[in-house]
Amino acid sequence: MNIQIDVKNASKTYHSERGEVEAIRDFSMEVAEGDFVAIVGPSGCGKTTLLWGLTGLHPFSGGSAKILGDEVGKPRQDVGIIFQQANLLPWRTLIDNIHFPLEIMGEDVTQYEQRVHDLLQTVGLVGFEDNMPNELSGGMQQRASIVRALSVDPKVLLMDEPFGALDAYTRDEMDALLLSIWNKTKKTIAFVTHRIEEAVYLADRVYVMTPRPAVNAKTFTIDLPRPRPEGTMMTQDFFNIVATIKQSISDEVKKQKQSGEYQTEKYSTAF
Amino acid sequence: MEDLDKELSEHVPEFKDNAESEGEGGAFGGVSKVIATAHTHGWKQAAGVIGVAIVVIGLAEILIRVLNVPEFVLPTPSAIVVALFESINSIYPHFLYTLLELVAGYVIGAAIGMIFAAVLTQFPYFETIVTPYIILLITTPTIALVPLLMMRLGFTIWPRIIAVALASGPMVMINSMTGFRRADMPKIALARSYGATTFQIFLKIRFPLALPMVNVGLLVGGIFGLITAVGADMVGGDMGLGNRLSYYSSLGRMAEFFGVIILVALIGISIWIGVSRINKKWASWTG
Repeated sequence: MNIQIDVKNASKTYHSERGEVEAIRDFSMEVAEGDFVAIVGPSGCGKTTLLWGLTGLHPFSGGSAKILGDEVGKPRQDVGIIFQQANLLPWRTLIDNIHFPLEIMGEDVTQYEQRVHDLLQTVGLVGFEDNMPNELSGGMQQRASIVRALSVDPKVLLMDEPFGALDAYTRDEMDALLLSIWNKTKKTIAFVTHRIEEAVYLADRVYVMTPRPAVNAKTFTIDLPRPRPEGTMMTQDFFNIVATIKQSISDEVKKQKQSGEYQTEKYSTAF
Repeated sequence: MEDLDKELSEHVPEFKDNAESEGEGGAFGGVSKVIATAHTHGWKQAAGVIGVAIVVIGLAEILIRVLNVPEFVLPTPSAIVVALFESINSIYPHFLYTLLELVAGYVIGAAIGMIFAAVLTQFPYFETIVTPYIILLITTPTIALVPLLMMRLGFTIWPRIIAVALASGPMVMINSMTGFRRADMPKIALARSYGATTFQIFLKIRFPLALPMVNVGLLVGGIFGLITAVGADMVGGDMGLGNRLSYYSSLGRMAEFFGVIILVALIGISIWIGVSRINKKWASWTG
């Protein structure tokens, strides 16, 4: 098995003016080529910090993290990032936004024309190439940002609550779309979300994180059969898995609170 | 760049819905909106504007004639147009002279202002030191320096160009600084994730992001420059539209006087149209 994302005992401590805040402690994760893993946890638990750690823009303060065999450090072009919001440049047309990474990398745009067109076809954005971002809906913008990330053919995709800003219907649609893209391309994907349902529906494996400091409380292997049509979310098996994970998170939080481990920013800075 | 990476490594960028509108509440925030919406109503708006002009000018013409207002107090619009056409040959060199001092001063001032703004905003410490002096330059009417400049440099075009540059440059600079200070971290993070260099980030993220505010600076700076150019003409020498204004008013030739004012207004309107064009072409994504 070819391990593409390998995190060992990663930790991250922020130094703010009011003291130190431990965001992540001893998190470990192994993701093989073509795996789809999800990281869930309540908001503010450091799962976004974890993902940004993997991008190399926001390094961990301890432990080790390797992507595609190399220690995470500088940003790299075979790792695509999809952000919480589409993050399109409002002064560029949709197609120019998609060409942005190619421009930065100094690639010849014409060589990617066919690839970009196929991707636009997959996400249903053909015919909108010359629209400005503010003329597109939130879902369309996020689809464009997926095309932008995939246009350079990265091996690994890091997704940080990419559909969190969308409404519930669009979100389900985007989840199904993402699965179909993943079925076709078999990218390695690490997907952060606070929605357990979304994580279970999408992933092979779900990492559950607890609030500050985030530790990897439990890992669940989701053995729902693939491919997973949208109806999967209506099955008894699906509900059972979601219920188990929810229960384990609330148990974990309770345990942490009792042992006094649970810190909020206020506590950690007051003492 | 080190600061930028430090910022990124310490804080995950916040994703705000309206990161672009940050700083819009600045001194001249509304102006960019006016420019952005100026072209959206098309011919109907144009017809309305021209209609109002016809009514106002027509009414002035009739009232001045009916009330028998003497010409040295207020000439009729028709008399102004006739006087302007008759004296255009003698006014024309003055028009070119003022235009030259304005364009030269404005280009020098705006270029320096923009470069200073782009560089200074990268060094917050120096920015805080320099800003009070920029404000001092803006709040002190540069026209007050013209007599001094003329004493040193003579009644040539140079003191006027310097005055125009000193009037427009800081205005372009302070507004551009507001623009360049908008660090949209998620967009910068996006560029960094593909290995963008500092220069690429400036060219492809920071500059387009700053452009709407740079344009506000260009507009206000241009108008400030025009005021200073006409004022400097009045101070000394025997050239320029400002000089013509003093000349005609001292002789009581008010029709020519108002004709010159029309020429000055035309230059001002051209500045406005020019900046609107730039804004429409490259910064129409705001508003």
